[in-house]
Amino acid sequence: MELTILILILPFLSFLILGLGGKWMSHRSAGIIGTIGLGLVTILSYTTAWLYFTAPRLADGTFATLMPYDFRWLPFSETLSFNLGIMLDPISVMMLLVISTVSLMVHVYSYGYMKGEQGFQRYYAYLSLFTMSMLGLVVATNIFQMYLFWELVGVSSYLLIGFYYTKPAAVAASKKAFIVTRFADLGFLIGILIYGYYAGTFSFKPETIALLSGGAAMLPLALGLMFIGGAGKSAMFPLHIWLPDAMEGPTPVSALIHAATMVVAGVYLVARMFPLFIAYAPEVLHIIGYVGAFTAFFAASIACVQTDIKRVLAFSTISQIGFMMVALGVCTSMDPHHGGLGYMASMFHLFTHAMFKALLFLGAGSIIHAVHTNEMSAMGGLRKYMPITHWTFLIACLAIAGIPPFSGFFSKDEILAACFQFSPVMGWVMTVIAAMTAFYMFRLYYGIFWAGETPVSSSTSDNSHAHPSPAETSPCGKHPHESPLVMTFPLLFLAAVTCVAGFIPFGHFISSNGEAYTIHLDLSVAVTSVVIAILSIALATFIYKGASQPMADALAKRFKKLHRAASHRFYIDEVYQYVTHKIIFGCISRPIAWFDRHVVDGFFNFLAWGTHATSEEIRGLQSGQVQQYVFVFLCGALALILLLIL
Amino acid sequence: MIHMEYYLVVSTIMMFAGIYGFFTRHNTLGILICIELMLNATDINFAVFNRFLYPNGFEGYFFALFSIAISAAETAIAIAIMINIYRNIRSIQVKQLDEMKY
Repeated sequence: MELTILILILPFLSFLILGLGGKWMSHRSAGIIGTIGLGLVTILSYTTAWLYFTAPRLADGTFATLMPYDFRWLPFSETLSFNLGIMLDPISVMMLLVISTVSLMVHVYSYGYMKGEQGFQRYYAYLSLFTMSMLGLVVATNIFQMYLFWELVGVSSYLLIGFYYTKPAAVAASKKAFIVTRFADLGFLIGILIYGYYAGTFSFKPETIALLSGGAAMLPLALGLMFIGGAGKSAMFPLHIWLPDAMEGPTPVSALIHAATMVVAGVYLVARMFPLFIAYAPEVLHIIGYVGAFTAFFAASIACVQTDIKRVLAFSTISQIGFMMVALGVCTSMDPHHGGLGYMASMFHLFTHAMFKALLFLGAGSIIHAVHTNEMSAMGGLRKYMPITHWTFLIACLAIAGIPPFSGFFSKDEILAACFQFSPVMGWVMTVIAAMTAFYMFRLYYGIFWAGETPVSSSTSDNSHAHPSPAETSPCGKHPHESPLVMTFPLLFLAAVTCVAGFIPFGHFISSNGEAYTIHLDLSVAVTSVVIAILSIALATFIYKGASQPMADALAKRFKKLHRAASHRFYIDEVYQYVTHKIIFGCISRPIAWFDRHVVDGFFNFLAWGTHATSEEIRGLQSGQVQQYVFVFLCGALALILLLIL
Repeated sequence: MIHMEYYLVVSTIMMFAGIYGFFTRHNTLGILICIELMLNATDINFAVFNRFLYPNGFEGYFFALFSIAISAAETAIAIAIMINIYRNIRSIQVKQLDEMKY
């Protein structure tokens, strides 16, 4: 377990090597160094997980929480200190598995996807930095260390979204992502400080809390503020606006950061603080649930009309994270048998979602690599040209739609069961959203692989994905072909994981109170959700499978306003634009800027002007004439003598 | 016997002649000569005060000797500087030496 420190050090080393020495490396060696580093990390993570979960349980039936390292870095007071260390408990070990697996797959995949790109070494350096920060985030021993790495993942996300820094859209997207999440992190930081002050600790454990008087009233506020930080990272409404734009980054990055790992950091945060939420702020937890449910519905409805395949996947990610939040939010106790099921369901869904959503994004990357556009209208009929991508994509779609025996079915079913336990209304709402998920995923699937049998050549579509790869340009227009093995292998691997992950006895390892919990399918919920999912897949097949889509066009015409609003993402970006530009900039920032420019700057300009004018006036004194100086000197000497004499 | 006052009158005349010349000469060499005049006036004062006020001591003479040695060294340096100035601006007129102004 002491070797776990290597899990953090290795990616950091590879970041340093690639970041500092990348200039003198060939693409090949840079890719190999990065991938081997990550391979070692993956092996270490798997070993850690194996050792951790095979170790005997404690007397109360839970897995021990190990802290191989806990270094006291900055003591604030006697009891309150900022520690750095590594904490292993079931969820952090589970996250180690998820992050290292997806990151390794993305490293391998990028070797093919990013081939020949300018800045290949830089790309791998950023990937290593991201992996290091994300791993550091999940193994954090306290909320402050988590915050440190939280910001680091924010930075690496910013760097990777803006990877194509010559594209204005990418630059704008990276800025947007950074500012929105930073804004949310302000809430997080304030929450941490309130928590640290009133609870006297930064630790996650409720038993270490030494409440000040009045602290019980402040803890819900602190936890709520922390959730704002989590909502920013996890793209909860209304802080979701950065995630769709973040798709400007390279597609493997979207798979790693904006689908599988970083965006679930908010869910992980809530899960980390879960005992505190249950003990001190159950009502805040329910608010999180409602926010999650609304976000899930809202994003799913937008995903139904988007035409950019990565945008569809982005909104689907937002919606699925909403599911995870709901699952946490509907918990009412620590006991998985009575109201604590959602915790396990949320973590389970996080695990399975990471796998199949990474698979979807990597599949989308493979398609984009072949047809050189993100627009669904330029695709269609690709199933003949790209069989591996087609089948793996189909598996992932079935998984996200919740069709057994794929992994998404099991985790989503647990979430729905937890929702039904909380209230039937919540359960039905989430079931409807699950149906929407199945619908829009199969709309995407048919749009890419079936409809419009002949794909449009890449010259007609405005090339939104700047992807200069000289070897690929000539044949891909009319006849897109399957991606190379280095890209299809990750697809196959993740597809295999997606097929079997549902059968992992997840509750055995992770549950709200740590004891082993046997998952039993709630048959009524499972049957309902599967039937509804199949119905909506059938509907999607009916509407979108054909070469032309009269039904879809008619529906779009019938609900013209709704359709337009949804394609514009319900104008949330415009609202933000209005609020920031018109209200904040216009009413607050402009007057402040005026005051700064005219009053504050004016004062200092006046000082500078005064000094300058005075010196201009008296500079004639220094004439360079020696005799003049001597004369002044003599006069001074005489005056002194006179003074002394008198 | 010559009284002390006579010496002092001579040295005072030399001193003020030096000061006057220092202000009015345009030639650096002339200024150097004026400095020598002032130095010599003080040397005379040293010697005279030693001779008339403290006939048993020698400090005044020694100071006069030191002063002569220093003025010799100073003259050597000053003339070297002047030669360099002349090489640079082809003139040793003090009015033209105003590079070191604002």
